[in-house]
Amino acid sequence: MILYENHGIYELLDDSKLFIVSDIGDAMKKKIPVIEVRNVEKIYKMGDVEVPALDGVDIVINRGEFVAIMGPSGSGKSTAMNMVGCLDVPTKGKVFLDGHDISQLGESELAQIRGKKIGFIFQTFNLINSISAIENVELPMIFQGVSKDERMEIAKKLLSLVDLGDRMEHKPTEMSGGQQQRVAVARALANDPEVILADEPTGNLDSRTGEEIIGLIGKLHKEGKTIIMVTHDEDIAKHAQRIIRLKDGKVV
Amino acid sequence: MILDYFRFSISTFGGRKLRTALTILGIFIGIAAVVSLISLGQGMQNAVDEQFEMLGSNRITVTPGGGDMSSPMTTGLVAAKLSDHDVEVIRKVKGVDHAIGVLVRTAKIEYRGKSRYTMLFASSTDSKSIKFIENIDYFMLEEGRYPKESEKYKASVAIDTGNSLFDREIKRGEKITVNDRNLEVIAITKKTGNPVHDTKVTVPLDTARDLFGIEDEELSLIFVETSAGFMPADVAENIEDALRKDHRVKIGEEDFTVATAEQLIASFKGMLGMVQVFLVGIAFISLLVGGVGIMNTMYTSVLERTREIGIMKSIGARNIDVMAIFVIESGLLGLVGGVVGVVMGYAIGKAAEMIAVASGVTILKVFYSAELIIGALLFSFVIGSLSGMFPAIEASRKNPVDSLRYRR
Repeated sequence: MILYENHGIYELLDDSKLFIVSDIGDAMKKKIPVIEVRNVEKIYKMGDVEVPALDGVDIVINRGEFVAIMGPSGSGKSTAMNMVGCLDVPTKGKVFLDGHDISQLGESELAQIRGKKIGFIFQTFNLINSISAIENVELPMIFQGVSKDERMEIAKKLLSLVDLGDRMEHKPTEMSGGQQQRVAVARALANDPEVILADEPTGNLDSRTGEEIIGLIGKLHKEGKTIIMVTHDEDIAKHAQRIIRLKDGKVV
Repeated sequence: MILDYFRFSISTFGGRKLRTALTILGIFIGIAAVVSLISLGQGMQNAVDEQFEMLGSNRITVTPGGGDMSSPMTTGLVAAKLSDHDVEVIRKVKGVDHAIGVLVRTAKIEYRGKSRYTMLFASSTDSKSIKFIENIDYFMLEEGRYPKESEKYKASVAIDTGNSLFDREIKRGEKITVNDRNLEVIAITKKTGNPVHDTKVTVPLDTARDLFGIEDEELSLIFVETSAGFMPADVAENIEDALRKDHRVKIGEEDFTVATAEQLIASFKGMLGMVQVFLVGIAFISLLVGGVGIMNTMYTSVLERTREIGIMKSIGARNIDVMAIFVIESGLLGLVGGVVGVVMGYAIGKAAEMIAVASGVTILKVFYSAELIIGALLFSFVIGSLSGMFPAIEASRKNPVDSLRYRR
C-alpha cells in the first residue's frame, strides 16, 4: 500500500515537472532532454559469439533539436537508432524518454510509447501496400484508439500538408518514391509525436526528390518537432544543427 | 478498433486472390456438406412425421419378426410370418376396433404390351375391411371403389402407376395383367407423395394369394385401428399379450412386433438420426481439414508479411493488436468460406429435393432453419479464428527490429 502510494506521488511529481516543462519558452526548451541514452551497451548473440554493437554510448537529444546520427556501416548507427526510437532495449545502461526509463519496459508498452511519442520515416518508406495512402496515415491512430471521424479528419489534413490531398485514395504501389515518402511523413505525424526519427529518409530517392523531403523535414523542425535523422550522406547531414558521429559502437 | 481490423483484413485479401480463394474452398466444402446434410436430414424427419400422420395416430402396425430386427424396412426379410389367424386373434383384443391383414409383394405388371415391376398390396374385401382401408391416407380413392368379395379379378391402381411405369395413364375399365392373369382396373387411389404408394397396384387378398401361389395364410403386416377412448400404447400391449399367448412365446422371444404410429416414427427417426450423425461427422472432418488449410495459409501469410508486422509494431501496434489482426483475418477466411458454403449447401439441398420430386418423392421438402445457417456461419468464423491462433501468436511475437530488416 505504502509502496503504491509512493509510486503515485512519484508519478504526480513527474507529471507536474512535465507540466512546467511544457510551459517554458522556446529558448529554455532546447535544454530539456527528450531522449537520453546513458552508458548503453548492446550485445547481439550470433550463435555462440557475442557481437557488441554499442559499447557505452551516451547521447542526449534536447527538445526541438535537429540532430543527425552518422557513421559508416557497422558503426552501431542502426542499433543506436533502435535505442533512440524505442524499437529495442539495451543490454546494459538506460534509455530515458521524457524522463521515463524505458529500458525495462515490455514490448507492448514500448509499442504504445512509440506510437504516441515517436514518428518514423524509413529509407524504404515502409508503407503497407495493400491499403490506400489515407489508410496508411490512419493506421498509427487506430493503434492509439482514435475514433474513425477524428482519424479521417487528421489524415486528410496531414496528406494535404504534404501536398497529397488529391491522392489520398491511391495505394502506395500507384505512387512515385517521393510521393510514398511524403505519405510516410504524414503517417509519422499522425499521433502528433514529439520526436520524428528519420532513418536514411532520402536513401531511396533521387537527389531532387531527396531535397524536397529534407525540406519537408526542415519545416517540421521549424514548427517545433524534435528531429533525429540517421544518414551516411554528409550533404544531407548538413541540414541538422548537430551531428553525432559513431564508430565501432562508440560516439566519436 | 476491432471493426478497423476487420476492414484492414479485408483489404489485404485483394493482393492474394488465388490463395485466398483456395483456402476458402477448403472451408466451404465442409460447410456446404454440413448445411445440405442437416437440412436434408431435417426435411427427411419432417417427411417421416408427415408419412406417419397419414398412417393415423390411432393405428397400430403388427409386423412379423421380433426384437430389434424388425422395423418397417425389414418386412419380408425375416422368416417369421403373420397369418389370417393372427388377425382373428387381434380382432378379439380389448380396445381393437378392427384389424386387417395386408400382403405386400413385388409383381410383374403388363399393360399394352409392356411389362414392369411394381409393389402390389392386397387386403381383405369384406365391407368392414374396405371401409377401414379407405380411411388410411395411403389407400384413399380418387375415383371408383374397391372390389367386393365377389369380384376376384378386379384391381385398383395408384394415380401415377400408369404414367410413371408405362408413360400412359391407366383408366378405369382398362385391363392390366399381373403374373399372367388379367385384371380389370375399377379404382384409382389418391396421390400420396410417396413413390411406392403412388405406383402401386392393389388387389383382393385372395386374388394375390392365387397369383403368387401362396398356400398358407401368409400376411406381410396387420393394420389395427383402436376403438375410441383407448390409448394406442395400451392396446398395443394388449395385442402383444394376446399374440404371445397364441404363439406360446415368452416375453423377449416374440416372433412379431407391435408398434404404434408413434413408436414407428421414433424407430424411423432413430435410424435417420444415426445416418445423419455419421454423414455430418464426415462433413466435420472435412471442416477440420479446411481449418488446417487456413492455418497453413496463415503461417505463410505471417512469414510473407514479417516486414509489415515490423512496420505496424514500429508505428505503435502492440502484440495483441498484431495478434488480433491475424486472428480476425483468418476468422474472415473462415467466415467467407462459411457464407459460400451456406449458399452452396442450400443449392445442394434444393437440388436433392428437385431430384426427389422428379423421381416421385414429393413429400421431401428440404428444411433450412435459421439456427442452422447462423450456426454454420458462426462455426466457420470460429474454426477460422482458431486455426489462425497459432500463426497469429507467432506474428505477434516477432521482434520489430528484425522484422523491419526482413527481406523476401
